[in-house]
Amino acid sequence: MSAGVPGRPALGDLAVGDVVATGTLAVDRARLVRYAGASGDFNPIHWNERVATGVGLPGVIAHGMWTMGAAVTVVADWAGDPGAVIDYGVRFTRPVPVPDPGAAAVDVTATVGAIDPAAGTARIDLTVTCDGTRVLGKAQAVVRLG
Amino acid sequence: MSVNPAYAGRQYPPTEPYEVGREKIRAFADAVGAAHGAHRDVGVARLLGYRDVVAPPTFAVVVAQRAEQQLVADPEAGIDFSRVVHAEERFTHHRPIEGGDRLVTVLHVDSITERGGLAMVTTRAEIAREDGDPVATVVSMLAVRGDPA
Repeated sequence: MSAGVPGRPALGDLAVGDVVATGTLAVDRARLVRYAGASGDFNPIHWNERVATGVGLPGVIAHGMWTMGAAVTVVADWAGDPGAVIDYGVRFTRPVPVPDPGAAAVDVTATVGAIDPAAGTARIDLTVTCDGTRVLGKAQAVVRLG
Repeated sequence: MSVNPAYAGRQYPPTEPYEVGREKIRAFADAVGAAHGAHRDVGVARLLGYRDVVAPPTFAVVVAQRAEQQLVADPEAGIDFSRVVHAEERFTHHRPIEGGDRLVTVLHVDSITERGGLAMVTTRAEIAREDGDPVATVVSMLAVRGDPA
């Protein structure tokens, strides 16, 4: 109904409360080592069980920044342009324990939280859970759409 | 040692430039599972109007955390990393980060406050191109537990 870029969502087609995207992200220990290398965050609680339990954690946990970065891919894919995410903030509310062997599953639901027609943006609110527990709070991404 | 409140309000000099490599963008995209072709293929990125491969939305953390080392690695600041929990993070993009960008960061310590036995340390990394064009603002809040009684 609205003009826009082909293949990309149009602001005029959105309503507050719409679920625009969902995803399940798998994270295993190898993924954390990969993220440590790519990000430069080598804190051993993200790869060393002995260090993690030594500081009182249940075991190795995911980097909060991995969870934040992985969750927003659901929004970027929906928007069709990763550069359209112009603002993105979260609170880290609970850790994501990552088993060995195996993997943790992080579930993401992206919902339209607000629409700003003058700015041409939508605020997408992310619900991010692991085993039914919210691991990110107030996770909001502002996306520029045509 | 607890966090030194005198660091609140501090502003550091600009960092040396960080040069954004295409392979670094690709490796970061792989690590967070960002599948979009614009992170990897210059042709795809150009179709979307970018000059080069474009970074995922949280890539700026790589640049910001380097700048934050000026504070967290300073023994006088009193931030014991074994007592630190990352509490909040926010990225505001003024323009996209693309391969080949040379980025200079000015780190600000916006506040240091006590909250229920925790020291909350809020930093703000202002990332710009070498010519001064603003690129991203990265606000990070760390919660640092106090010394055991």
